Amino acid sequence: MKIDIILSGVGGQGILSIAAVIGEAALKDGLYMKQAEVHGMSQRGGDVQSNLRLSDKPIASDLIALGQADLIISLEPMESLRYLPYLKKEGWLVTNSEPFINIPNYPEMDKVMAELNKLPNKVVLDVEAIAKEVGSTRSANIVMLGAAAPFLKIDYPKIEEGIRRIFGRKGEEVVELNLKALQAGYAVAQSKNK
Amino acid sequence: MEKHLFLGDEAIAQAAIDAGLSGVYAYPGTPSTEITEYIQSSPIAKERGIHSRWSTNEKTAMESALGMSYAGKRSLCCMKHVGLNVAADCFMNAAMSGINGGMIIITADDPSMHSSQNEQDNRFFGNFAMIPMLEPSNQQEAYDMIYDGFDLSEKLGYPILLRITTRMAHSRSGVLRRPMREQNKMQTPEDGRQRFILLPALARKRFKVLLEAQKTFTEISEQSIYNQYFDAPNKDLGIITTGIAFNYLSENYPEGFEYPVLKITQYPLPKKQIEKLVDECKEILVLEEGFPVVEEQLKGFLGKGIVVHGRLDGTLQRDGELSPDAVGKVLGKPIHRYYATPEVVEQRPPALCQGCGHRDVYEALNEVLLEYNGTAKVFSDIGCYTLGALPPFRAIDTCIDMGASITMAKGAADAGLFPAVAVIGDSTFTHSGMTGLLDCVNEESNITIVISDNETTAMTGGQDSAGTGRLESICTGIGVDPAHIRVIIPLRKNYEEMKSLIREEIEYKGVSVIIPRRECIQTFARKRKASKK
Ligand SMILES: Cc1ncc(C[n+]2csc(CCOP(=O)(O)OP(=O)(O)O)c2C)c(N)n1
Ligand code: SF4
Repeated sequence: MKIDIILSGVGGQGILSIAAVIGEAALKDGLYMKQAEVHGMSQRGGDVQSNLRLSDKPIASDLIALGQADLIISLEPMESLRYLPYLKKEGWLVTNSEPFINIPNYPEMDKVMAELNKLPNKVVLDVEAIAKEVGSTRSANIVMLGAAAPFLKIDYPKIEEGIRRIFGRKGEEVVELNLKALQAGYAVAQSKNK
Repeated sequence: MEKHLFLGDEAIAQAAIDAGLSGVYAYPGTPSTEITEYIQSSPIAKERGIHSRWSTNEKTAMESALGMSYAGKRSLCCMKHVGLNVAADCFMNAAMSGINGGMIIITADDPSMHSSQNEQDNRFFGNFAMIPMLEPSNQQEAYDMIYDGFDLSEKLGYPILLRITTRMAHSRSGVLRRPMREQNKMQTPEDGRQRFILLPALARKRFKVLLEAQKTFTEISEQSIYNQYFDAPNKDLGIITTGIAFNYLSENYPEGFEYPVLKITQYPLPKKQIEKLVDECKEILVLEEGFPVVEEQLKGFLGKGIVVHGRLDGTLQRDGELSPDAVGKVLGKPIHRYYATPEVVEQRPPALCQGCGHRDVYEALNEVLLEYNGTAKVFSDIGCYTLGALPPFRAIDTCIDMGASITMAKGAADAGLFPAVAVIGDSTFTHSGMTGLLDCVNEESNITIVISDNETTAMTGGQDSAGTGRLESICTGIGVDPAHIRVIIPLRKNYEEMKSLIREEIEYKGVSVIIPRRECIQTFARKRKASKK
């Protein structure tokens, strides 16, 4: 088993907590993992990304090579496109559909959508809306994780376990909300993936 | 045993605690900050009374770490690469005195300048000071090198420099811990006065001792488990990697190496292994994350003799980080690129947060300076407020190094420039602005200094700022006329007041200090969240 993932978004959106849950799940699964994060300057509303690599064999590089990512998970549609050179030919892109507009020259949304539509394998969903539906507006990133779950090559219960471990400190209620958010995202990806 | 998912920085911190650390001394700086933060929030560190409060700058940090080592205990000193420039005076001379309790200095370098103003490679400093150096290639090695590094430091009697880069510092991986060790007892050095008083007569002796020690340092490198030789069939090329470059090379050879490889993670260079590689292989390729430090050493000045490829001859790009692709390309590996970044994708630079006080400062300042028909220059400094360089503000003219705002404004004012305005953050001011202010006061320089006080060190994540609550008294103490120390809250409703205040102080012929004070909204929000818990 080997999977290379690029997580992307805008500083403050919470891509690192997605990475943290996957990391916990992977570690529980006895997998090796490497995850390169961005801290510092790039966090003031700039673009951020993280390279996450999981494997049942030791992993050499912290960074993913061009054309080698199995999966791009993005909390922002334009940001999902930024890292396309890293995607495998048959790789999947899972992205939030709602733009985060904090620059004056943000492109027109239909142009962004047109680019996304060109890709053979993608799931595009409005994670904020889904999070709201399940009554957990602050779990949009976990909805995103749920939507990416079918492509992760990690058993779903292990991911649930990861959520319990990461959010356990914050109490049972928070854990339950996040599990619901995970399930909601998962369901959307399942239906779009058919 | 259970593996812990640690950032490189966290692995270093945990290893130091486990090795019996008594104090970490540091000034924040990406990508080194999380080392000290980890120790600050570690319950066991608290229980053991490990010192972890932030220092005012890197020089005070290193001197304190040396003092703790003098008293026999193990100390750690952490900084980003440019921090070592600030601490260099202590650093170079600590190599002369040597240490007592084990002392490790961490330099976190930032090739590709993810959040820095240059990409200097501090292995030069290690060579310059002639002390042993470590450069881990993964998180587990970082842990082990620190854990064993204190013993090494004590055995040799010298401080050890451990160099990491951004990818090492901010990458997470599973790490196995080792048993907790006792902390050292206090014990001052018996030969203390012979070593720690660097009067010329004594210093000359110490330098000879340091020169003599080089042989031992090299032997230890040659025996180090961290310097590994991997043999392979094809001797057309021999490859030397340093630090994490080894990983990018391995990534390109999942089935095993084609050419012999010497993996270097401990310095001075292991001479024996290098001789073996050079003897056996036709040409040498050097892969190093940073400057061509090893490559230059191999080539010598004229580059005659052995054929060495690397960053100097253009085989690899001279600047920036390495990557699996950069290394693969050199070795003739195919690069696959199936999709391009579409043209609709725009740059998304970082920006000052909405509601940030620095914004209000720049808006008011910009408007006043317009009245001077472009003669005004704003000498700024390093921190969140440096983002005032970007649109919509475009409010600053310089940003060179911490503290340079005040002193550059002074020099320009000396040259006749008017208005000469300095904009500096509160943490940067106490880091290295205060001494420059004394120069200004002594000469009654005609400058206006704005200390944009958000009561925190925001750029690096909101650490405590050394002068919070005392900036006015510091300025008064240095000798600024209290009538020209003006405090205001940077809010839209105070714009007119802010503008007239700035105007008055620019017109005042002498040193004035304006302190717009409003807490960083991110720090404020975090504190509120923490107090709710
Ligand atoms: C010598 C050196 N040490 C550390 C840093 C990292 N660094 C950049 S800005 C900064 C502090 C900024 O704090 P402050 O001046 O209060 O401004 P703020 O970010 O809060 O606006 C630090 C620690 C650096 N660039 N150079
Ligand atoms: S982190 Fe604080 S100081 Fe920095 S831009 Fe945001 S509000 Fe301003």
